[in-house]
Amino acid sequence: MNARRLGGLITKETLQILRDPSALGIAFILPLFLLLLFGFGVSLNAEHVPIGVVADHPDPTTDPLVAALRHSRYFEVRPLPGLKMARDLLSRREIDAILWLRNDFTRQTLVNAPASIGLIVNGTDANTANLVEGYVMQSWMIWLAQQNQVASHPLGLPVALQFRIWFNPALRSQDYLVPGLIAVIMTLIGALLTAMVVAREWERGTMEALMAAPVTMAEILAGKLLPYFVLGMGGMALSVALAVFVFAVPLHGSVLILALASALFMLVALGMGLLISSLARNQFVAGQIAIVVTFLPAFILSGFIFDIRSMPMAVQIITRILPARYFVSILQSVFLAGNVWSVILPDMAMLALMAVFFLGVTLARSHKRLD
Amino acid sequence: MAEPAGADALVFAGVSKVFGAGTTRITALDDLSLAIKAGRVTGMLGPDGAGKTTMMRLAAGLLRPDRGRVHVLGEDITKTARAVQSRIGYMPQRFGLYEDLTVQENLDLYARLQGLAAAARPARYAELLKLTALGPFRARPAGKLSGGMKQKLGLACALLRVPELLLLDEPTVGVDPISRRELWHIIDGLRVAGVSVLVSTAYLDEAERCDEVVLLDHGRVLAQANPAAMEALLQGRCFKVTHPTMPRRALQQTLLAQPEVLEARLDATSVHVLLAPDIPPPEIAGAAWQGVAAQFADVFVDQLHARRPARAPVAPVAAMAPRDHAPVLQVAGLNRYFGDFHAVKDITFEVTRGEVFGLLGANGAGKTTTFRMLCGLLPASSGTLLVAGQNLLKAPAEARRQIGYVAQKFSLYGALSVAQNLAFFAAAYGLRGERRARRLAWAEEEFELGPFQAMNAADLPLGYKQRLALACALLHEPPILFLDEPTSGVDPLTRAEFWQRINQYAANGTTVLVTTHFMDEAEYCDHLLLMSLGASLAAGTPAAIRAQAASADNPDPSMEDAFIALIAAHEQTIRRAA
Amino acid sequence: MWGRLVALIHKEFLALLRDKASRFVLVGPPLVQLLVFSYAATFDLSNIAFVVVNDDPGLAGRQLLARLTGAPVFNQVATLPSTAGIADFIDSGRALMAVHIERDFTQNLLVGRPGPVQIIIDGRNSNTATIALNYANNIVLDFEAEWAAAHGTPPTPATLVMRAWYNPDLLSRWFVVPGIVGLLTFVVTILVSGLSVVRERESGTYDQLLVSPYRPWEILLGKAIPGFVIGAAEAALITAAAVLWFRVPLTGNPLALALGLALFLVSAIGIGLMISALAATQQQGLLGAFLFLVPAIILSGFATPIANMPEAVQYLTLLNPMRYLMVILRGAFLEGDGIRQLANQYWPLAGLGLASMIIAAWLVRRRMY
Repeated sequence: MNARRLGGLITKETLQILRDPSALGIAFILPLFLLLLFGFGVSLNAEHVPIGVVADHPDPTTDPLVAALRHSRYFEVRPLPGLKMARDLLSRREIDAILWLRNDFTRQTLVNAPASIGLIVNGTDANTANLVEGYVMQSWMIWLAQQNQVASHPLGLPVALQFRIWFNPALRSQDYLVPGLIAVIMTLIGALLTAMVVAREWERGTMEALMAAPVTMAEILAGKLLPYFVLGMGGMALSVALAVFVFAVPLHGSVLILALASALFMLVALGMGLLISSLARNQFVAGQIAIVVTFLPAFILSGFIFDIRSMPMAVQIITRILPARYFVSILQSVFLAGNVWSVILPDMAMLALMAVFFLGVTLARSHKRLD
Repeated sequence: MAEPAGADALVFAGVSKVFGAGTTRITALDDLSLAIKAGRVTGMLGPDGAGKTTMMRLAAGLLRPDRGRVHVLGEDITKTARAVQSRIGYMPQRFGLYEDLTVQENLDLYARLQGLAAAARPARYAELLKLTALGPFRARPAGKLSGGMKQKLGLACALLRVPELLLLDEPTVGVDPISRRELWHIIDGLRVAGVSVLVSTAYLDEAERCDEVVLLDHGRVLAQANPAAMEALLQGRCFKVTHPTMPRRALQQTLLAQPEVLEARLDATSVHVLLAPDIPPPEIAGAAWQGVAAQFADVFVDQLHARRPARAPVAPVAAMAPRDHAPVLQVAGLNRYFGDFHAVKDITFEVTRGEVFGLLGANGAGKTTTFRMLCGLLPASSGTLLVAGQNLLKAPAEARRQIGYVAQKFSLYGALSVAQNLAFFAAAYGLRGERRARRLAWAEEEFELGPFQAMNAADLPLGYKQRLALACALLHEPPILFLDEPTSGVDPLTRAEFWQRINQYAANGTTVLVTTHFMDEAEYCDHLLLMSLGASLAAGTPAAIRAQAASADNPDPSMEDAFIALIAAHEQTIRRAA
Repeated sequence: MWGRLVALIHKEFLALLRDKASRFVLVGPPLVQLLVFSYAATFDLSNIAFVVVNDDPGLAGRQLLARLTGAPVFNQVATLPSTAGIADFIDSGRALMAVHIERDFTQNLLVGRPGPVQIIIDGRNSNTATIALNYANNIVLDFEAEWAAAHGTPPTPATLVMRAWYNPDLLSRWFVVPGIVGLLTFVVTILVSGLSVVRERESGTYDQLLVSPYRPWEILLGKAIPGFVIGAAEAALITAAAVLWFRVPLTGNPLALALGLALFLVSAIGIGLMISALAATQQQGLLGAFLFLVPAIILSGFATPIANMPEAVQYLTLLNPMRYLMVILRGAFLEGDGIRQLANQYWPLAGLGLASMIIAAWLVRRRMY
């Protein structure tokens, strides 16, 4: 590496970035756009679920149960006169669930025979249905605890179950989506942007002129890598700032570790981008390949939205070769759990390995020749 | 300059290079051997696909030969590419400039890449900026320079550290005549300084400025010699033919129909003919034959003729359609602005039936904008535009049946086969039944597309793309034909053949409007409009325009001389007005 | 004239199907996405790793543990001697959950006092945590009912009996796969129509069409119809795959589904043509399609319910044709809907389709110069 030549290449690349609005757009506007979109648009916490409550005989026993539902932030209670109407509303998607207290409800509870509370949910969205069941159960437990206090004899709830949710006690879905999203955005900046700018040099014929100059391939690659590394880290800093200050995601771990892990991942993403561009010399094709092999997997298979533990074993094995998976895992831990070395060290090691692999293959594959 | 005079700057020994894989293999260089002497300017000419660019890239160490050796400045390029690259200068076809960087920033980048010491830079920059006259534009982004300025900047970047060997790949394509001259001045200066220069070109007249010329075809060397010596070999075979009554174009067609005639080109005032060797001129009543010196174009035709199948049979000129001088195209006071940019400035002209009308000018002169307004592809900012009495932009769709259109770069559906392209355009113009079958058969025969019917249009050789584009435009027998740079990038032989066809259609009554940046093609037009920077420089017949530029020093100027003289005059008027 | 239009459409198909890159766009991404989404995009937990700290020497603790380990979704990975080791397992992600049964669990139960049990869950993925919590809760409830029955203590005053309509086993796949039919139809249609005009503009053939006697509406139709046919074919294929391969029941009226898809295709093509008209190069077209597709998919209810979004965003989704299609798809597949039940979705789709086509036509005409 010759400092003068490398300096020339870096200056050139920096000037190009500063003058090309699309590069700055991908590095700064896109993270903003995606973070706002996902931060506000995607929530797995169902709130204000419209629920129809059919109490055949409302009385002082059922009222507290209905009240418990009402007080829950998860439900929008609609008292309904009869089951028929409730079923009708459910099938028209106007309500998502029905809670049915039969006319023998109070009588049954008084004679200590179990009364059944009917819960009918629209199961189309299985996940929301699961959540609704959990929320109803919580309200029901509150009701039971109240009944226990007023009752003369203890009602049957023998187990004092205590849940403790670590890392995200309020179970805010944003707290896990936003850190994961940062990995997706870094993939876009690193791989997509880099693949396209190298392809652009081929398209415009400047790569030919560069190669005819007495520079080494390593210098050409480093001249691409360093400016985009800085740009990517800038995008990363912006994303972290947004996560912490706009979406109020707690950052329990150390910023230094976050920076270190991001730097490693950035190298991996840049390596993938450079490798793609060594295969495709046209911006259109390079962009498509980058989206299909880096962005989509980072989106779906990284554990950013869909938990890898829920995937079939074969898919889980595939995720092991995805760099984004390791970065998402680091991000979720560093943000929510802190410096968990048992997660961070192996994941960082994998990222380092992949960075070496992608950059090494790129260097080995790149010849200072057109054929 | 380490190389002693007379040594070889570049040696190719048995070099072969094949591109592609599987069934589509293209042999770019076929066992090619040649040596290029140091301290000279060597020109490289040949038709498309001859292997010129591949040779340049091999010499610059950008490609690896499949077989054979390439020695540059005495070193094997495959072994010491980087060491050699620091001793050569290379300008690729598109100049290799970063368009969003300024002139100065481009120079800085290449100065650093070539390892020019920081202390030496200011003096070298000043020298090069003076040489290229780019001094006033140091802060301008390269993308905003004209074609000629880009070319000079590209050259300056290749010259930052004085190279021992300079490789220039088609540096003058699409560049205006003045810039071409300036480039050759710079090259002449380099020759004096002892730099070896290898330049490939599509302009045959440029060959005459070289010390030595290499003619390539199909990846092989056809000839390598001093251009004057090559021309001398054709002594006695070149004639200037005139006829007292027959129009020049009809005379040219008649001459081409003779088996002895290898080539008949329209000259300023006559027809320039190259005969087959050892044959007396054929008898044509009334024609006067006067022996003249050969031009390099004759060498080119003569050399390539031996290896090419006989030229496409050209139907004899039908009885000349009567010229009624009815105006078919009328343009008056035409203006077009793009934002603040005044792209076309107050253009006025008229084209009558059966006429070949040429819009000439360098890239960026406003030819294509004018052309697109005529076709109804672009609204005019102001002015009158009538094609067969109608404004195509507003006229009903049926009015567009009147025109045939060949777009720049021969726009065809690349993924469709030749037959599918033809079938689509036949249907698009509503050809049906017997007429459709007849026209498709005509296209196949006239343009010799038979063997290519199943090939994808994108895979056709450039010359055949041009033929297919012309065939598609002519299927519906339009009375008016629009051609936008139909000869750009096409080699001189194909260009000549193309013009022959165009003149034939014109002779049959088709009105042709054509744009070109090749000044020598002006002779094929009945009337011309010379454009520069959006404005009309001159209009009239080729002879009239040349006469306008005639001076005491140059009583019989070529179209290129005329263009340069007119631009100089035009610039003076602007300066006086300012 | 119809012959000319047919030639235009035929040409469009040839250009799409003969070109390797376009063929790939039609086949590659849909296939990959179908497989990946169907198999990987699931919220169902099947293998919850947990660790146990059992300080209770009694029977009840063992019975509760037996229920947990016996449940197919739970998988015990370790038994720890003390709570001190829990953090290690949870932090590193080796276990999602820890169950701590305290020392006097059995004893308390026997004397009628509540027996303390602690469950610790890794909340890093809040959704996974919520679901695991539900499962654990249900198992504890079952245990309680069993204990009450066996020991004659008063049973829980009420039991919660849940029934899920339309998807009784609450399979994520039944929710995701019909959505994919819409997603892929959307992506392919936008790409085919979004790149069609701009591809021709880039290669210069668009000028050729404009100087030919084709009228602007013919050119527009020549671009729209291939997009429609390809989108419809893609939708039919994926619907077939959903029913035959992924075994998602198609309980509603197939005609209602087809009508919904047809209306949707019109708006998707309109949007694609708008993108195409505004883009100068294929690259810009691709970027435009991407910038439109990502939010349109996220804000469609495909993955997460629209009801969970902020109110302002919910209003925005009313302009998203995908939103209506998602309801139609799930209505027709799972909820057994017919044309009448889905009428409320058809009208807005038809309106959006009409509006997008009109805007597209206007843009395409304007951008002709």
